[in-house]
Amino acid sequence: MTYSAWIILTACLVGATCGLIGVFLILRKMAMMADAISHTVLLGIVIAFLMTRELSGPHMLIGAIIAGLLTAFLVQWLHTLDIEQHASMGIVFTTLFAIGVILIATSVGNAHLDVKHALMGEITFIPWETTAVPLLGNIPVATTMLGLAFVIVLFFILAFYKEWKITSFDPALAASLGIPVLILHYVFMSLVSVTTVAAFDAVGAIMVVAMLVTPAASAYLWTDKLSVMLVMSSSFGVLSAILGYYIATVIDTSISGSMALATGVIFIISFLFSPKHGLVSKWVKPATTDVMP
Amino acid sequence: MTHSALKVVNLAASYRKNKVLYDVNFDIEAGSLTGVVGPNGAGKSTLIKTVLDLHPALTGEIEFFGLPFKKAKKKIGYVPQRGSVDWDFPTNALDVVTMGLYGNIGWLKRPTREDKEKAYESLDKMGMASYANRQISELSGGQQQRVFLARALVQDAELYFMDEPLAGVDAATEKAIMKILQELKNLGKTVLVVHHDLQTVEDYFDHVLLLNKTVIHYGKTETTFNPTNISETYGGNMLWITSGKENGHVVSSFNK
Amino acid sequence: MWSALLTSNTQWVLMSTMVLGIAAGTIGCLAYWKKQSLMSDSLAHASLPGVVIAYLLFARKDLYLLIAGAAVSALLGAVFIQTIRKNSRITEDTAMGMILSVFYGLGIMLLTIVNRSAGGNQAGLDSFIYGQAAAMVRSDVWTMIILACVSIMIVVMMFKEWKIYLFDPDFAKGIGLSLKGMNVLYTLVLVTTIVIGIQAVGVILIAALIIIPPVSARYWTHSFGKMLLLSALFGGLAGAIGTAVSTLGSGWPTGPFIVLFASIQFVFSLVFGIQKGILVNYYQFKKRQKLAQLHAQGVGK
Repeated sequence: MTYSAWIILTACLVGATCGLIGVFLILRKMAMMADAISHTVLLGIVIAFLMTRELSGPHMLIGAIIAGLLTAFLVQWLHTLDIEQHASMGIVFTTLFAIGVILIATSVGNAHLDVKHALMGEITFIPWETTAVPLLGNIPVATTMLGLAFVIVLFFILAFYKEWKITSFDPALAASLGIPVLILHYVFMSLVSVTTVAAFDAVGAIMVVAMLVTPAASAYLWTDKLSVMLVMSSSFGVLSAILGYYIATVIDTSISGSMALATGVIFIISFLFSPKHGLVSKWVKPATTDVMP
Repeated sequence: MTHSALKVVNLAASYRKNKVLYDVNFDIEAGSLTGVVGPNGAGKSTLIKTVLDLHPALTGEIEFFGLPFKKAKKKIGYVPQRGSVDWDFPTNALDVVTMGLYGNIGWLKRPTREDKEKAYESLDKMGMASYANRQISELSGGQQQRVFLARALVQDAELYFMDEPLAGVDAATEKAIMKILQELKNLGKTVLVVHHDLQTVEDYFDHVLLLNKTVIHYGKTETTFNPTNISETYGGNMLWITSGKENGHVVSSFNK
Repeated sequence: MWSALLTSNTQWVLMSTMVLGIAAGTIGCLAYWKKQSLMSDSLAHASLPGVVIAYLLFARKDLYLLIAGAAVSALLGAVFIQTIRKNSRITEDTAMGMILSVFYGLGIMLLTIVNRSAGGNQAGLDSFIYGQAAAMVRSDVWTMIILACVSIMIVVMMFKEWKIYLFDPDFAKGIGLSLKGMNVLYTLVLVTTIVIGIQAVGVILIAALIIIPPVSARYWTHSFGKMLLLSALFGGLAGAIGTAVSTLGSGWPTGPFIVLFASIQFVFSLVFGIQKGILVNYYQFKKRQKLAQLHAQGVGK
């Protein structure tokens, strides 16, 4: 495969995976949790690096998942102590991120880790570092990780579809039916962490938030069916990835930044023109509510 | 002597510094339809939440049909206040009712056609069959409440807790809901309803639990629901107007 | 002693981060009661494209221009969040996540273009965006202090208006206070605090200074006035101590140390706070439990 084909494939995987996870993220009103986790993942990676002195896939992945779960756990804990959800997130992620940056500055030196790189992502370099995968041959490491993340996310969403649905819609009912709401919450947070880490190399910590939240929000304006929303969100993610790549090649700039912008463009189109919830259709035909006969 | 569906002994609960419930003792007969009545801030919702283990109890013992909560879970149905969920969630009425069955379907399995049929029947019972495929945000408040009730029905529980199911619904829905509650009672189920409208208590419930931080009175409606007990529950700020027709009470409160 | 303070650049920087901390702590209380803690994070990220565009347009790294660019961009972000929330079923939380990341993405696109074309000149821009207090010069410090003081004054002078606006908007409207006007003013002081903080602590961490001190202050008092004072005190202390510590090592970043000290104050408040700290709560729960048991026994007899 050519150099740019690998980049596009990797970007599409980011879009598809984030699109799936993003749907539940926004339905659970946890969009900003993506922001929190994407920042604290940095701390996980730094600590994994300090412990192993290696910047390889599995170590980073484990470190990041632990950091993601720690964030979820601390936020949940502070929330049970009566601190408003957003305030808890703000406290936890800025603190852990600050610790990460301090560790980089004091212990890591400028080795291979660099905060700016982590925040921006460098999808352009992805094809250079490859690994041998059985049956498929040499594949870029980041692409392999994203492929894996996509399969894991898809599996969990399909296997526990009804559990995600009920715990997102009505957690109190779910709990009274004996469904382990809290465990599912942490499983979900692990999935967000896995997705974030896998996408980290490609799009960076902050643009991954765009990939997680925006396609899902766009899909939310087009449909009232959860399954359709999942498919649409994932497709919007892939579309943004491709669109972003071409914008970036045309004006020669950051691919991940352009991908984030592309998600925004798709959202604006949805916001204005979606037949059901779009602004234009609301102006043309004011909302009607029907009365019980 | 009938057996007990819910027995509460010495229950107490607090929200930080404020004691919300203390010395709560009662024993609900199986097969009764009970209204939980009391002024604002009397701890009605807290009582239900504490009994269902959604809020920590300070002290006390709670038994459902002689069993602890964990073992009796399957026999309990809970209808929370309508405002507790996001009605913009991408799902339709039938789907919401089907959720009532999720506890029985088990992991990794999807709702079968039978499950869907059960849910549909339940919607039909609430007069909502024609709205089965309607997105839930497009339903009126009363219709949403009916969907919630249909979901409780499909759970097929023995003991139901309902938190203000009649709040903010239209007259038709109120009638439909009360008809179903009567039906449940006739089937031998036990129903506990948090209720705010004193005028309808006598028509709707056979038992009444007068609550103001503790149980003021509990018993059959005809003997318990009288002016003396009610003003005891609501404090002195009550104005009683006894209207001429068949001892009907019109009550208004000076609180707020 | 004053001469030492005035000559050393570190002392200048220390002073400015302290004033910044006080401003952020004060304005943070407004955000806390508006239940919009993460709005500051969102707007801080959203300021990035404005900074880069200002730099591209005027081709120089003038603090006023960069701050003005950042402010315009952040305000635009705030308007977008409002518009999305009001006109669709998208929640505020989701809208914030979108604006934060999409604006930031646009900023990165522009920044890449600047880096490609401007050669070595962009180094200053990076340190502005990711925060490098040590790089600030005296005129920067003055700008920061003046803007911070204006924001603080706006909160202090309109204390009672803010109070009713935050706690009882309906009542505020009833007595003739313009909610729209207050909303605009709130957004303006919030954005001002954010943009002047960017240079000292960076776009990522400025939110911490606005979010954390009010939460810490909440553990010590129930009064809005005292909370405002305490929060300002916590913010100022974190700014000063964090900056001081960061000068101890070479290349140590200022922002993260400031945030770290704000967090330490928070943990201390969380545990020992006299209003609703963990220890006090636990003690009260036990006391209630004991009383309830005693009472129950008394009744049982």
